[in-house]
Amino acid sequence: MSQTLALTVNGQAVRLTVDDPDMPLLYALRNDLGLIGPHYGCGLAQCGACTVHLDGAAARSCVLPVREAAGRHVTTLEGLGTPERPHPVQAAFIAEQAVQCGYCTNGMIMQAAALLARTPQPTEAQVKEELAGNICRCGTQPRVVAAVLRAARGG
Amino acid sequence: MNAITLHRRALLRAGGAVVVAFGLGLRPRGAAAWTEKPVATDQVAAFLAIGADGEVTVYVGKVDLGTGVRTGFMQIVAEELDVPLARIRVIEGDTALTPDQGPTYGSLSIQNGGVQLRAAAATARRALLRLAAERLGADAAALRVEEGVVIAPDGRRASYADLVGGRALDLAVDANAPIKPPEARRVVGRAVPRVDIPDKVFGRFAYVHDLRLPGMLHGRPVRPPALGATAEAVEPDSVRHIPGVRQVVHRGGFVGVVAETEWAAIRAARELRVRWSDWAGLPDQAKLWEHVRATPVAQVQVTSERGDAAAAIGGAPRRLAASYDFPIHTHGSMGPSCAVAAFEGGRLTVWSASQATHNLRKQLALMLGMPAEAIRCIYMEGAGCYGRNGHEDAAADAALLAREAGRPVRVQWMRADEHGWDPKGPPHLVDLRAGLDARGDILGWESEAFIPKGAGGNVDLVAAELAGLPREGQIHPGNIIHNLALPYAVPAVKTTCHRLESTPFRPSWIRTPGRMQNTYANEAFLDECAAEAGADPVEYRLRLLPRDDPRRREVLERAARLAGWETRPSPRPDREGEVLRGRGVSYCKYELVRTYVAGVAEVEVNRRTGAFRVTRFFCAHDCGQIVNPDGVKAQVEGNIIHTLSRTLHEELSFDRRAVTSLDWASYRSISFAEVPEIVIELIDRPTERPWGAGEPAAAIVPSAVSNAIFDATGVRLRSVPFTAARLRAALQGA
Repeated sequence: MSQTLALTVNGQAVRLTVDDPDMPLLYALRNDLGLIGPHYGCGLAQCGACTVHLDGAAARSCVLPVREAAGRHVTTLEGLGTPERPHPVQAAFIAEQAVQCGYCTNGMIMQAAALLARTPQPTEAQVKEELAGNICRCGTQPRVVAAVLRAARGG
Repeated sequence: MNAITLHRRALLRAGGAVVVAFGLGLRPRGAAAWTEKPVATDQVAAFLAIGADGEVTVYVGKVDLGTGVRTGFMQIVAEELDVPLARIRVIEGDTALTPDQGPTYGSLSIQNGGVQLRAAAATARRALLRLAAERLGADAAALRVEEGVVIAPDGRRASYADLVGGRALDLAVDANAPIKPPEARRVVGRAVPRVDIPDKVFGRFAYVHDLRLPGMLHGRPVRPPALGATAEAVEPDSVRHIPGVRQVVHRGGFVGVVAETEWAAIRAARELRVRWSDWAGLPDQAKLWEHVRATPVAQVQVTSERGDAAAAIGGAPRRLAASYDFPIHTHGSMGPSCAVAAFEGGRLTVWSASQATHNLRKQLALMLGMPAEAIRCIYMEGAGCYGRNGHEDAAADAALLAREAGRPVRVQWMRADEHGWDPKGPPHLVDLRAGLDARGDILGWESEAFIPKGAGGNVDLVAAELAGLPREGQIHPGNIIHNLALPYAVPAVKTTCHRLESTPFRPSWIRTPGRMQNTYANEAFLDECAAEAGADPVEYRLRLLPRDDPRRREVLERAARLAGWETRPSPRPDREGEVLRGRGVSYCKYELVRTYVAGVAEVEVNRRTGAFRVTRFFCAHDCGQIVNPDGVKAQVEGNIIHTLSRTLHEELSFDRRAVTSLDWASYRSISFAEVPEIVIELIDRPTERPWGAGEPAAAIVPSAVSNAIFDATGVRLRSVPFTAARLRAALQGA
């Protein structure tokens, strides 16, 4: 039976009507709300491409049932910053050119932003540890680490 | 085709799922707007158009697979035409609009595609200057161009838009049209930031995965549990309870579902009950190399021969022999393959991240029994593919489902579809023998590779294969014979490829196909020869490099200098303590005719556990003229890290029926902690022609690592992946 859920996405109150409340949040974000920052990568919480913030903490939206997002605050890459007001991690990814195909970039930025919110001055080892569950196949890892450390330094 | 429609209403469900997202410019040029323009590669208008507003549109058949080449194309045009980058837009891989410049593979986008584009732009500039000379009554040689405006010595001006804006550039490409000399270049050769990165960083970049058409349905293929199984019975009732499911499509081994929402399609694909026939035609993975050796040979290709290598080895005082193997790999794209297909008025439009939209069009035409002219394939970026992954197959799935559904269908594979069904990099096995004289110099070298037949070409579509629809029926693993021939001067040499009739999985190319596996075997075995000779591995190579080409020596010498190479033989003499350190060198001249690359890997090995880390990787790289140094550097980094992942971890697992490594736990990719420090030295040669950079640096990685481990431990690894368990076993056996 379809069900209506209320949550906050990128600061906006949203009501979603879903056929299946067990549907992962990712599909609601991408298909119902048109948010294309988070990507489907594995559906298994193994790669990180779908990462969003749930009440400020990094979460894998590909395995999070949408019902569990009800009443909570979801932030996607679109809500993290804009070209006019970029999040420091977004600005640093541009400065370091830390993107190739960019499919994993959403997860890298969202995971790193969550780290900096908790630990504003991480060590290089802490950055790598935080991103241990994020896969990149193009080989941007050194630039991603440089970007996160740059963001922590304030650009 | 058997298509069972479950819900007849073609309405979008009210109040809930589907379609909000059109505010972001995601809606593409539709199938109805089937425009045509010149696309022949000898016509300037195939590549370039100047609008009434002076905006320059670039049409290229080579596509940006996430490599940054789009920015490189823009730099080339900005340079030759003297227009600002911001006034250039690029259309890639659209069969109705762009020239067919061949598939985007083989590190040829700049080398071939960019050079063709440069000639078109240079031809256009010369014609524009002639037009301006007439208009302004000035000598063409005295004119200069600033930001798309031609300026006469007396200050009078005529913009490109004034001269030709909105009209087609009706000119033949002159491959000899003068290009900007190096000293006049202002855009090419500079590290221009990539144009796609801001949108990718702000979540505004529309991949093919993000395309939504009005009325579009979501499809998913339901693949058989065994590669060769067919669906004997399909039970649509098993998914009738899922809201939004519309159709179940079934023909032979091809089964798919179509639904109003993506989640309904995913659930239906999971829950659909199908009775599959049994099939168990794969070899035993534990005996893969025996299987390869026993596979009938279709063709024997001698790729280089000089002197009598067998006699030279037979008569040599010291002889070595070894076999190197490289396992079956998957492309492992981050985003599973995806496509959207729409039929309208007897025509089919397909949006795909294919490397080869022009070829895909022909393949779809064959499969569907349609004229190719009635099909338009439009490139949209996907996740990095590193070769021919499943994008074309997803396009075929979408086309078959859309034809049955009567509405546009989007197909995105699930992770298990991608790991299980993308075409695979085939198993690669090389036997080598060498004979050395008393001093350790090589007298004779023989190698034999056991690799599937075929070259580049079209990889058959999974859907056509499963459904029994027309397909070419040939295997195309890529040009995997390259670089078995040596880049060194050896007195007697014979390199032979035994081209096998078949290979266990549908093969295709993955980054540096064959060149990397052959270079791995050659450069590691050469290291064995150097060790036998008691020679320093860099000096040994320099001795063998032909003297007529100083660029070869330079790249190797610069890599050694960059790494602070300590001249001594391998293995290192002081192999004491629990942690051992070593370094290994490797060198490659890509296909023996282009990009030169040399590198040094440093490793740390725990000799008790076999666990090891590549701590640093140094690389010197000469691809001739560099269009964008940061772009080349990023490609070299990507080559090293991606190939390190392939060397350390990657190996397809399978049982007799199908692939069993269906996720990132069973098919591991490199982690952040395992990525070494990478130090790159680019050798720019602005007066030379540009060569490719998307693959060559990958060629040296597995051998450099094998050589470094040998240097550290005295143990030689000859089977990829180089796992800790394998190294531990080798250390215990030593």
